[in-house]
Amino acid sequence: MLKYILSRLITFVPTFLGVTLISFAFIRVLPGDPIIVMAGERGMTEERYQELLQRFGYDQPLWRQFWDYFTGVLQGDLGTSFVTNRPVWGEFFTLFPATLELSICAMIFAVVLGIPAGVIAAVYRGKFFDRALMSTALVGYSMPIFWWALLLIIVVSGWLGWTPVSGRMGLLYFFDDVTGFMLIDSLLSGQEGAFASAVHHLILPSIVLGTIPLAVIARQTRSAMLEVLSEDYIRTARAKGLSASRVNGLHALRNAMIPVITVIGLSVGTLMAGAILTETIFSWPGIGKWMVDSIFRRDYPVVQGGLLLIALIVMLVNLTVDILYGFINPKIRKR
Amino acid sequence: MADASSQTARTVPTGRPGRLSEFWSYFSENRGAVIGFWVFLAVFLVAVFADLLAPYDPAAQFRQHALQPPFWQNGGTWEFPLGTDALGRDMLSRLIHGARFSFFVGVVVVVVAATGGILIGLLAGFAPKWLDTIIMRLMDIILAFPSLLLALVLVAVLGPSLLNAMIAIALVLQPHYVRLTRASVLNERTKDYVTSARVAGARLPRLMFVTVLPNCLAPIIVQAALSFSTAILDAAALGFLGMGAQPPTPEWGTMLADAREFVLRAWWVITLPGLAILVTVLSINLMGDGLRDALDPKLRRS
Repeated sequence: MLKYILSRLITFVPTFLGVTLISFAFIRVLPGDPIIVMAGERGMTEERYQELLQRFGYDQPLWRQFWDYFTGVLQGDLGTSFVTNRPVWGEFFTLFPATLELSICAMIFAVVLGIPAGVIAAVYRGKFFDRALMSTALVGYSMPIFWWALLLIIVVSGWLGWTPVSGRMGLLYFFDDVTGFMLIDSLLSGQEGAFASAVHHLILPSIVLGTIPLAVIARQTRSAMLEVLSEDYIRTARAKGLSASRVNGLHALRNAMIPVITVIGLSVGTLMAGAILTETIFSWPGIGKWMVDSIFRRDYPVVQGGLLLIALIVMLVNLTVDILYGFINPKIRKR
Repeated sequence: MADASSQTARTVPTGRPGRLSEFWSYFSENRGAVIGFWVFLAVFLVAVFADLLAPYDPAAQFRQHALQPPFWQNGGTWEFPLGTDALGRDMLSRLIHGARFSFFVGVVVVVVAATGGILIGLLAGFAPKWLDTIIMRLMDIILAFPSLLLALVLVAVLGPSLLNAMIAIALVLQPHYVRLTRASVLNERTKDYVTSARVAGARLPRLMFVTVLPNCLAPIIVQAALSFSTAILDAAALGFLGMGAQPPTPEWGTMLADAREFVLRAWWVITLPGLAILVTVLSINLMGDGLRDALDPKLRRS
């Protein structure tokens, strides 16, 4: 087992180096001179230009710039945003809770609906419920989520007036960031209605972001359940006279969960990609919107650092899933 | 290969039409797949004959009819059956022409990503261990980035346009083909027919492309169907974010981006382009499920 974990960790290192190199390389080939972009429309004198060129190290040879960047990254220094002049690392951690909160709620939505849907579909295989649920799942899987978001805004916010169109919190409330999680902070603030407002703001974005994971989880649960339900020990459990709900719920579902959990772990990348669209549409102040805004503002250090950090998160989650999977399924370790 | 076909010939007569009809019989067992196929064909025909079908030029502006609702709503007329957008352009014509861009994107992305991915995957499968390791690490690195984010940054680097969006999407979809091809190659390489071909004196290129590749194609074809729909979705998403096709191109995602400010005023400018994306993608995914059932008995869903 230790050998397995070590081998996973060893492959992690070159991938990390590669990811750093790619996120660095992208920014160096972006069109436009970063310093001129930073100056904005006011322009700048030649001396000032040279001074900034030196300060950011853009006059150094490329390999030197990469080395400085890489050693900086290892020490937790990702550079400074051109726009806000704050460290990229700090900005990331101010905004990350917003994305994390949204992603967790989206995942809860997906799991709570997706697993029962998959189980029901598998149990009623080929019947009406199965067909209806799996058709719905396929529609969800094919959904352009940016359109789905606009559609929900039209119906739920526009026609019904149930939820707000954008943001994380009503303007009436103000309180300090304690955890960065709006749901927790609003409760801690003790202001009446603040928590309800946070929930209201979360509903639509969570549904939008959770739609594709929901469809994937439902499909995966169904096929995993079908596989398990045809196993001998299930037939034995039935033959023993256990009730259908006990067989399906306890024996089958528990064994069907392994591939489902893998899918949940691996959908982090999907969530981050979805967060880009969801956060942009709902003006959700998280990592996705930050990245899109920075790309449009040509805020190079932010794009570079954000790209690296997001890839790092995806890699760490995948690594964790891999290792957990090795614990659960000894066969994997042998590869 | 010759051995395998002569063996099966004793029981079932093979050959082109036979294989095709066998494929169709599996494919048509899945009713959804058949529906998907017909819808896909319809969208394809609309894309091909867009010039004949569209009542107006997709760029023609009828300013006095701006934001006119579809015909069944109050204020709508048959003149513009699906209404007009904010500049008075006919929605129906723009939607019809949009089908072209989606198809174009899908075909180009799949061809580029699959060709590159299959070549690299074959290479990795046959290459010595060190080269294989380098290739697969490289693919891991690309896969570590969420595909849409990577495509977005790539397009920002290359400059926003439909062509660059397609290049970016093809690049981020490619690792999936590499992995699939390599996995099947590694699986096939140890089989007897490959060994016998090698013993018979087949050289490496022949071994790669003639002996092994045809037996690896089934999962790749399924992947091609899936990435066709991913390509359409991602291109529309990039268009929506302003990093894909640029206005006034009647690309569905770009149309949605143009219409965003009317989200609460004119439902049709939002609903219709998205519905077109959904229907196209859904039909392809339905077909993909059927293809999987027909081509790959191991992967059969139920």
